Amino acid sequence: MPSQSMAELRRRYLRHDKKFPHVWCPGCGNGIVLGALLRGIDRLALNKDDIVLVSGIGCSGRMPTYTDFNTLHTTHGRALAFATGVKLARPELHVLVVMGDGDATAIGGNHFIHAARRNLDLTAIIINNQIYGMTGGQTSPTTPYGSNATTAPLGHIEHAFSIAELAVTAGASFVARGTVYHATMLDRLISRAIGHVGFSVVEVMSNCHVQFGRRNGLGNAVQMLQWFKEHAIPLQPHDAKGTAEGAARMETALPPDSLDDRFTIGVLAERDKPNYIKEYDKIRHKADDKRPADAQDDRS
Amino acid sequence: MASPDQPRLLMQGNEAVVAGAIAAGCRFFAGYPITPASEIAELMATRLPAHGGTFIQMEDEIASIAAAIGASLAGSKAMTATSGPGFSLMQENLGFACIAEAPLVVVNVMRGGPSTGLPTSPAQGDIMQARWGTHGDHPIIVLATSSVADCFTLTVQAFNFAEKYRVPVVLLSDEVVAHTREAVRLPASDQVEVVDRVRPSVPPEWYIPYEDNSRGVPAMAAFGDGYRHHVTGLVHDQRGFPTQRPEEIDAFLRRLFRKITNGFYEIHMLRAFMMEDAEIGIIACGSVARSARRAVVMARQQGIAAGLVQLITLFPFPRQPLVAACSDCRAVLVPEMNMGQLSREVRRVLPDAIAIHKHNRIDGQLITPDELVKKLISI
Ligand SMILES: Cc1ncc(C[n+]2csc(CCOP(=O)(O)OP(=O)(O)O)c2C)c(N)n1
Ligand code: SF4
Repeated sequence: MPSQSMAELRRRYLRHDKKFPHVWCPGCGNGIVLGALLRGIDRLALNKDDIVLVSGIGCSGRMPTYTDFNTLHTTHGRALAFATGVKLARPELHVLVVMGDGDATAIGGNHFIHAARRNLDLTAIIINNQIYGMTGGQTSPTTPYGSNATTAPLGHIEHAFSIAELAVTAGASFVARGTVYHATMLDRLISRAIGHVGFSVVEVMSNCHVQFGRRNGLGNAVQMLQWFKEHAIPLQPHDAKGTAEGAARMETALPPDSLDDRFTIGVLAERDKPNYIKEYDKIRHKADDKRPADAQDDRS
Repeated sequence: MASPDQPRLLMQGNEAVVAGAIAAGCRFFAGYPITPASEIAELMATRLPAHGGTFIQMEDEIASIAAAIGASLAGSKAMTATSGPGFSLMQENLGFACIAEAPLVVVNVMRGGPSTGLPTSPAQGDIMQARWGTHGDHPIIVLATSSVADCFTLTVQAFNFAEKYRVPVVLLSDEVVAHTREAVRLPASDQVEVVDRVRPSVPPEWYIPYEDNSRGVPAMAAFGDGYRHHVTGLVHDQRGFPTQRPEEIDAFLRRLFRKITNGFYEIHMLRAFMMEDAEIGIIACGSVARSARRAVVMARQQGIAAGLVQLITLFPFPRQPLVAACSDCRAVLVPEMNMGQLSREVRRVLPDAIAIHKHNRIDGQLITPDELVKKLISI
């Protein structure tokens, strides 16, 4: 019976008996995303043995370590590529991938657009804190124009990617954006993404007050959450399916590419598209048909 | 693996690699096209689906090896194949396979380098890269194939070592071996010895994923088998979780080396040809070993007591077996299609009393038997 009490979720899904401390700063948005992920999984009543949580490298990348699933902490930027192999080898498993913005769109940008294009049934959760947290506040592909970072001490002169819009354009069949302020909505976006068959993306605007907020006059964790509240434009009620309405509102989708900018939250795209696993099954059948009976040994 | 009952088939080295992989139980291949390795991907795309396996063309070689490791962790026997530029891109994740102890076969069909180099010419410039290309101190197994028959046998062997020792195995081929057509009789599939990784036999709550044992190779659970565990590229303790404790770090990394050292006498493979009374031994691998074998026969006709030690396993480097094979030689000749990568290893292990001669060719052309005979005469 799914339970939403945090204490119960912690007991059920975290590796509480293991010896490590967690590495996240107090107030980090990563904790809220983890909570939303666990609630999303709990809502779907999935078996822990059937979940593989994959990550890359970064603060976000540490998330799998703490959760009691099959967990895989890969190399920087490559989580989706590893996940692709896991999913293809065991299609019945739910393969979830958590990445940072640098992880997913700088070093892993190529894997990201191709995973979206390919439409393999993976769920990508991208924690967009607009900075490199783990390595100490360097710019990422989502660092807003004009902001300060340790590698842009005099102001950033590049322009930011809008991750969710990038995913839509690259062909992901489910794309949503949420924030760590809108936590209930985030739970639902994540469980919808996991439930979606095909490549799904949830971009989560999150706070790294330590490496980003502090340096850019956005204050502490609470003040940053307030900022997300004020700058997010909900596209539709979070539990509505209305993608047509969402599409109509897409014009208001402003990429977060300057500190003053507002951005949309909600489901940006949801579409039916042949998914890779089903398509590959068809290939296997075709191959069986074409296979001569005497080719058992297969070496001609 | 002589198989007199089997039909004689005419095939290329790359084709035999695919046949070997499928016979060994490979059911996952991820790759990215590159000359002279592309036929391996193309044939995998054709054949794997009918065997219930999966082929995928990834966006690059970084993704290819990553997907193969992912599939391996999920329980499949997995392979990727590439050539120089792609092999360079794979290096970071090759190290991941070492530290995560993911069985994996990486075929590198060597072509001339550096960089884009000579895409359609053979070379042996990646011997040291295969051993040391990924960062950090690590053990790895590297095999070298020299014929179409070997491509089959050694691909099977590469999978067997990968599974048995939970280590990535690099199979070095080259443009000549890959594209030469030879008639071979391959063994029937029930005649192929296939080794599978040891899976845990304890109940999940007792499973310690990286627990040491006498072989130094822990039992390996697949994702989804009910043994929820953590896999990371960070140095980890026996449970698989990151550790900073010096005694755990040391024990873990030493085990990685120990498991390969323990298996040395099974892993090392070399072929001695006419070495019993040889005064000069040629030490060679890959397609150069083919010319060397011919050169030995030609030299013997001219009264030179030559012999050949063909190295099949390049790493762990077969120190004792090589020293034993060459102990009665006054000199050895190490021909290579590079400026001297094997010869350095040979120099490191042979006693000073044996003179070491090099013969290096880096013009994209095969080393011929004639030039080797000339060289033998001059020694
Ligand atoms: C190949 C490689 N290059 C660089 C690094 C160093 N590195 C570790 S995490 C990171 C960036 C982290 O930023 P992000 O992906 O946004 O995640 P966050 O820490 O903010 O969660 C970098 C550059 C690495 N581990 N591997
Ligand atoms: S550095 Fe930033 S992203 Fe990393 S744990 Fe701290 S607050 Fe979170």
